[in-house]
Amino acid sequence: MSRTDTRTESLTSTGTGGVGESPLRPDGTLKVRGEFAYSSDLWHEDMLWGATLRSPHPYARIRSIDVGPALTVPGVHVVLTHEDVPGENRYGLEHADQPVLAVDVVRYQGEPVAIVAADDPETARRAAARVRVDYEVLEPVTDAEAALADGAPVLHPDHPGGNLVRQVRIRFGDPAPTAPVVVSGEYTVGMQDQAFLGPESGMAVPAEDGGIDLYVATQWLHADQRQVCLALGLAPDKVRLHLAGVGGAFGAREDLSMQVHASLLALRTGKPVKIVYGREESFFGHVHRHPAVLRYEHGATRDGELVYVQAEIILDGGAYASTTAAVTGNAATLGAGPYRVPNVHIDCTGVYTNNPPCGAMRGFGAVQACFAYESQMDKLAEALGISPVEVRVRNALEQGSVMPTGQVVDSAAPVAELLERVRDRPLPPERGGPLDLRELPGGVSNTTHGEGVVRGVGYGVGVKNVGFSEGFDDYSTARVRLEVTAGEPVASVHTAAAEVGQGLVTLQAQIARTELGVARVVILPADTSVGSAGSTSASRQSYVTGGAVRAACEAVREAVLARVPGAAGLAGAAVVSASGEVLADLVEVLGEDVVERTVEWRHRPTEALDPATGRAFAHVQYAFAAHRAVVDVDTELGLVRVVELACAQDVGRAMNPDAVVGQIQGGSVQGLGLAVMEEIQVVDGVVRNASFTDYLIPTVLDTPPMPVEVLEYADPHAPYGLRGVGEPPTLSSTPAIVAAIRAATGRALTRAPVRPEHIVDG
Amino acid sequence: MDFLRPASLAEALAAKAENPAAVPIAGGTDVMVELNFDRRRPPALLDLGRVAELARWGEENGHVRLGATVSYTRIVEELGTVLPGLAMAARTVGSPQIRNRAGVGGNLGSASPAGDAHPPLLAAGAEVELASVRGTRTVPVGEFFLGPKRSALAEDELITAVLVPRAAGPQQFAKVGTRNAMVIAVCSFGLALDTAARSVGTGIGSAGPTPLRAAEAEEFAAAALPWDEPAALDEATAREFGELVAAAARPIDDVRGSAAYRRHALAVLARRTLRWAWQDVSGGR
Ligand SMILES: Cc1cc2nc3c(=O)[nH]c(=O)nc-3n(C[C@H](O)[C@H](O)[C@H](O)COP(=O)(O)OP(=O)(O)OC[C@H]3O[C@@H](n4cnc5c(N)ncnc54)[C@H](O)[C@@H]3O)c2cc1C
Repeated sequence: MSRTDTRTESLTSTGTGGVGESPLRPDGTLKVRGEFAYSSDLWHEDMLWGATLRSPHPYARIRSIDVGPALTVPGVHVVLTHEDVPGENRYGLEHADQPVLAVDVVRYQGEPVAIVAADDPETARRAAARVRVDYEVLEPVTDAEAALADGAPVLHPDHPGGNLVRQVRIRFGDPAPTAPVVVSGEYTVGMQDQAFLGPESGMAVPAEDGGIDLYVATQWLHADQRQVCLALGLAPDKVRLHLAGVGGAFGAREDLSMQVHASLLALRTGKPVKIVYGREESFFGHVHRHPAVLRYEHGATRDGELVYVQAEIILDGGAYASTTAAVTGNAATLGAGPYRVPNVHIDCTGVYTNNPPCGAMRGFGAVQACFAYESQMDKLAEALGISPVEVRVRNALEQGSVMPTGQVVDSAAPVAELLERVRDRPLPPERGGPLDLRELPGGVSNTTHGEGVVRGVGYGVGVKNVGFSEGFDDYSTARVRLEVTAGEPVASVHTAAAEVGQGLVTLQAQIARTELGVARVVILPADTSVGSAGSTSASRQSYVTGGAVRAACEAVREAVLARVPGAAGLAGAAVVSASGEVLADLVEVLGEDVVERTVEWRHRPTEALDPATGRAFAHVQYAFAAHRAVVDVDTELGLVRVVELACAQDVGRAMNPDAVVGQIQGGSVQGLGLAVMEEIQVVDGVVRNASFTDYLIPTVLDTPPMPVEVLEYADPHAPYGLRGVGEPPTLSSTPAIVAAIRAATGRALTRAPVRPEHIVDG
Repeated sequence: MDFLRPASLAEALAAKAENPAAVPIAGGTDVMVELNFDRRRPPALLDLGRVAELARWGEENGHVRLGATVSYTRIVEELGTVLPGLAMAARTVGSPQIRNRAGVGGNLGSASPAGDAHPPLLAAGAEVELASVRGTRTVPVGEFFLGPKRSALAEDELITAVLVPRAAGPQQFAKVGTRNAMVIAVCSFGLALDTAARSVGTGIGSAGPTPLRAAEAEEFAAAALPWDEPAALDEATAREFGELVAAAARPIDDVRGSAAYRRHALAVLARRTLRWAWQDVSGGR
């Protein structure tokens, strides 16, 4: 037998820690010690390594591909092009518009053209570089609005509607409202990267039945499986996916990267094939956050009550659709923000260009809109001469309010309270005492000893949908089993849900413990031998997979209780009566039996948007967070230090309070990154900073204290009353920080991220 | 790829003479990045890790002779008083891990215009010591850099040390980056005052094809600073100094910042560092 290390082992969670507690993560110690097996650690004794040849051009016609020179490199086993794709050479999450390997045209810099399998990664890379591709370079379409103009090159000739991926219209209330106070502005948001630390990687192992076992770091095993099957021309039972250790996701693993490529190489060579992207390649290997241009006009009464919001939002989807349509839907339906607005008119457009493809990233369309509507609320406050918090509170959404889609908000929406809570916190102390460079903008780079430094305070609040929307059949599947092992009742939980770092494995064990009254819970490796769990995205897994695990536990519990007359529940490894009296030891009740139930669980259905007005019960749940940012700005150099970033968020029920705070702080920092440094710079369709040397993400010295207030207003429609947590803090952190910089500098700052130049030049 | 491990300087120089294409590796914080990104594939690496002569520093004739592989961490901890400008610059390099591995020899070897050691070496009037089996020579640091990533280092030579005059007055270093740690300079500035000679040294980083001196600014400040009555440094002098430093820069627009911003920021840094340094003169001695 060859040595294999695909280590998709079970994780065992023991001891106490049910819902509402913060037990240790079962994978935590391994990760902290550096012993956790990530997808890049996959190993098989006779594996080959795959490499990808990518287009250097944002837009070009392929005249010919000559793989000959690559094949002559010693150690190369096979070189494949589009001609070797046995099934559909097309995939995509919403539209199958993306070739597995380019055929006659490349539409973005970095598009895969050929793949190589070789004995080692360097040989594979070098051989890939020797594939000769004859390109006819074309003028790329790089401006989203120009892409919609008449006469613009049509990038996907078989896509109806030219370069328009989707336009969503929201029409609510009076079509021609007027108001005494009007503010308007144009805002832009740059292309943010998810910047996960574990690059795209996985291994495909050919099986004796002609199928494949694919070990991969992904967000949604079954969506990958569906697309891989189509490309390989294999049935789902022949394509088995296993979740390998995921080093962060944030949306960047929703689309396929190396999945089909490794599978093709493995099937062709009959050997396991591993592919690991390098850091630079990773920037080309996944979608990014949509850059956006947002033109807003807000009308209000002199008392500061919103009369209308008009907006035009353009999202650059890049070369392939990915999830652009859903991102467009989010930006539109959430485009007026967490406010009561009687009249709303929004046109939101997602577009094809030759820029890098954009798709899912934490916040998913709601981030871009939030930057614009919150900037507008600050402008309105200024026009009215009231405070930024006051103008927001006067218009704050609440339970029972109506969204611009006509949807009534049917659970808690404590928008005003969230704002008031961050406002009422004591402010961090003014700078003082002996000089400590780490407390100044520029840090130890020693750019100021206080000269030019001005403090500013800013606020932001946002609204995010939880779960998949617009009528999507959003469900998860859980298989729960209860049996006696080594004299102890043990629950095992099997789902296909991707743990990407957020702590779902911990939560599943907590739920099983609470529902089944056992101490020991085994979380089985996620794979496609159980039904789909849906995507680890949209802040949805605690809700949907959490709901499925609870439902499966309930089914198991019912079966066990039926064995004991008078039984009402399971607690402390015993069957108990309604009054809590122990009726029987669970070990004895179970004996040798295995009780197992599999449940497919879905949340309330949502509805598709009315194409003319956007009317619909579109979202199953809304989630809200508010931030107060305090910044010090070196106004002469344009350098910023965020001094404190306070957040208040309603989570419905804090299922795991430590994990909740971790999510809120992590989301806040990702929003901080977008506010002051994170941007993929693209010029003429070419990425200029595909590395962590120049794509900067916050370090610990950029990360301020982040006090968090967690509110728990239960949502009666959701399991345990919980509300999705992961995304809302990413929305409001950015506008709060930019508002604080405006307050310190008096600059208009209509663009995120803010660069020093913007502060210095105005 | 061969991995050569000389145990002494003599062995290292012999190995370099024999294998001129061998790439020296000190801390490896630039070399390994290049290898990992597949930008370079030398036939051999010449590991300097065992060459004890390169890992020492000592004082001789008013100079500090700083071995090429003395780490930034040691520079911060051990040379803060004698070479304060270089120590301040060393503190801004990368992260603790990088500072533990890397040193000035590698910074000079890479000859990046953004290297943080370069401005304080220029400001202090340091010399680079280069050795080969042919012998040893010294090159003023200002003549060492020939262009972006190009230097006067010959094929068979190693950088053995930098010779830096012991500080004869306050020194400063400041670097602009778009995050508060672990950042390559958008631009940087080093300043060294010699209160005995009444001279001013400057070094500009990341705002030209090579690190640059601002000669006119140096002359202006040397003449304009009120050495006799050190209490007073007027605003106009500080500003003029800043403008002259900015004028000496030859910046370009790139992903890290615009040319205009770099010039602007250099003027601010020069003004501020001159004030801080002068405060030490007027307040201190
Ligand atoms: C994460 C990270 C952050 C960084 N941050 C900074 C920063 O803030 N500021 C900064 O200036 N740099 C930074 N760098 C770059 C790098 O750390 C510095 O340039 C450092 O000084 C290199 O030193 P080293 O000893 O690691 O050199 P090495 O990588 O070993 O060598 C660098 C070059 O010099 C040559 N060389 C080394 N020693 C000699 C010698 N004795 N004789 C002849 N040639 C020699 C090598 O052949 C190679 O070409 C960073 C690098 C990384 C990876």
